[in-house]
Amino acid sequence: MLCAHWSRLRRVSSRSCCATALRSTHSSTRLSSSPERIMKTFCSVWLLLSVVELSPAQEPPLPETAEDMASTGDLEPTHYPARRAAQVALHYLNTRHGSPFRVFGLQQVHKASAEDVEAGGRKYKLDFSVTDWASGSAGPALRCSADVLFPRTERHSAPDVKLRCEALQQINRTVQEEEAFYQKHIPPDSAVSARDIPDSYGNMSEEMQPFWRLARVAASFIMLRESSENTEFNMVQMASVTQQESSEEQLMLEFVVLLHDLPSQEIVQWKLLASWSPDRGVRVLQTEWQPRCPHATKPPN
Amino acid sequence: HTMDEISAWMNQMERENPDVVSSMIYGKTYEDRNITLLKIGFESTTPKKAVWMDCGIHAREWIAPAFCQHFVKEILGSYKSDSKVNTLFKNLDFYITPVLNMDGYIYSWKEYTTRLWRKSRSPGTGDCTCFGTDLNRNFYANWGMVGISRDCCSDIYNGPTALSEPEAKAVTDFLGAYQNEMLCYLTIHSYGQLILVPYGHPNISAPNYDELMEVGLAAAKAITAVHGKSYKVGTPPDILYANSGSSRDFARLIGIPYSFTFELRDEGNYGFILPEDQIQPTCEEAYQGAMSIINYVHDKNFKSAAITVTATLWTTLTALYISSANVF
Repeated sequence: MLCAHWSRLRRVSSRSCCATALRSTHSSTRLSSSPERIMKTFCSVWLLLSVVELSPAQEPPLPETAEDMASTGDLEPTHYPARRAAQVALHYLNTRHGSPFRVFGLQQVHKASAEDVEAGGRKYKLDFSVTDWASGSAGPALRCSADVLFPRTERHSAPDVKLRCEALQQINRTVQEEEAFYQKHIPPDSAVSARDIPDSYGNMSEEMQPFWRLARVAASFIMLRESSENTEFNMVQMASVTQQESSEEQLMLEFVVLLHDLPSQEIVQWKLLASWSPDRGVRVLQTEWQPRCPHATKPPN
Repeated sequence: HTMDEISAWMNQMERENPDVVSSMIYGKTYEDRNITLLKIGFESTTPKKAVWMDCGIHAREWIAPAFCQHFVKEILGSYKSDSKVNTLFKNLDFYITPVLNMDGYIYSWKEYTTRLWRKSRSPGTGDCTCFGTDLNRNFYANWGMVGISRDCCSDIYNGPTALSEPEAKAVTDFLGAYQNEMLCYLTIHSYGQLILVPYGHPNISAPNYDELMEVGLAAAKAITAVHGKSYKVGTPPDILYANSGSSRDFARLIGIPYSFTFELRDEGNYGFILPEDQIQPTCEEAYQGAMSIINYVHDKNFKSAAITVTATLWTTLTALYISSANVF
């Protein structure tokens, strides 16, 4: 009787308590003795106490199998397939709306689903929130929805993203800072150049932050293009920035960025040429993948 | 802190707290360095139950060794005044390795271009020109089955064979020797803000998966309470990526019931190169998470006084029942 309700309890004492309770009910032909009554009362109290201590706060989610993931339907928002697709949508958002003073990061995926499509790809539908990293934890969260299509072609091709974010135009545009930054560096004698931002110890000067964010936004073009369901990219360092001669009133910057892919744990190096102005935003003009040497430090025999 | 600074600090901890801290060398790295842990707890003539923590299996995850140092500092600074920590010291021994992959860690400090090194520093075998094996793919736990690369230049190269790396072998031998005492295995990494439970293989579940998830979720809650950062909890195939040969899986497979991987800050903004002003807060929140797990494990194995009294009462009543039944 009581045992059925409290079947989650694993303590030996409570099991033997249950067993005793059962035994005492079965032996009801005997006169109900006082030890029996004491036993039953104690048993109930004991079980009650145990339940109060042990009841968990939440049900843990059931493990998903690979088969679950591949099939059509709802995805667990905290699991990686939804998160990877959301990151791709984030890269797209940053290419459109990122600036030296605004980089968006994923806050949370609320809902996600995926389905295979006719042309042989997989389309994810996502409902998620983003925050502007540049404004720190004080910034508001923006609600977005996106369709992310990963094509399944023999050679890799970029995912396709359709994105809608609420109130994008209403969040504080960092117009003044952008103008000031632009005016400071557009004159011909500005020749900014720096390496290893942040440095090995995580240090980044305030002066360098807008350049780091620009690198991050420019890198988003590459991360967006290179992403698949089996990758998850982040930029881990701006290896270098070298200002080029301004062209068409755009700041011209040559970056070398280091990207990290989570599943393979590889560090991937890209050189790229990007332009920026407050009006036109970030555009990437050239990209070049660069091999990294540290792996092969052993001279060939 | 550099490896030298950490080693010096470990010596200092031992010198300054001789009644609760002792160091043990339990292996050598490829480059012949002594892999050292700090054993922390009250001395005892009988074998004690134990909790293991290792940091720095992956060289570039600098926040992890920082956390091990913070953890040691916290427990040494509170065991006299905090009764909970005092009880932990009485009933448990902590075995803490601040930097497991010493070769890799030192290499990552060498210059800017080496900062993002991950693996060990053993040279490639055969005609491989690249260095290093991913220590967290090298353990004898579904070795080579999933989430690895056989390309020795890859950052997830699992080694020519399982346990080819002396660092992995050292941990394996130690855990094997302390199998019966070890209650809890914690391994600290970055980044991702995750608490991972076994197993890395998508088709296997730990027998106590439900309990591990409960404990993990409670730890994540404790972490969020400190600075508001959210940590996700789950198996790697669910929330990160499938993998095999991990130390966490090995620990669970040999029977250590509570085995967790912590992936500390952040979620990809700065990644491995965390800003200095985030080191302390990250360590503070991770400390609460780790303690949440350790306290659970302790309380489960060392029943509190109230429960002991109830158990005694229960035994007495059973005896009464049996004796009175016999009379009938």
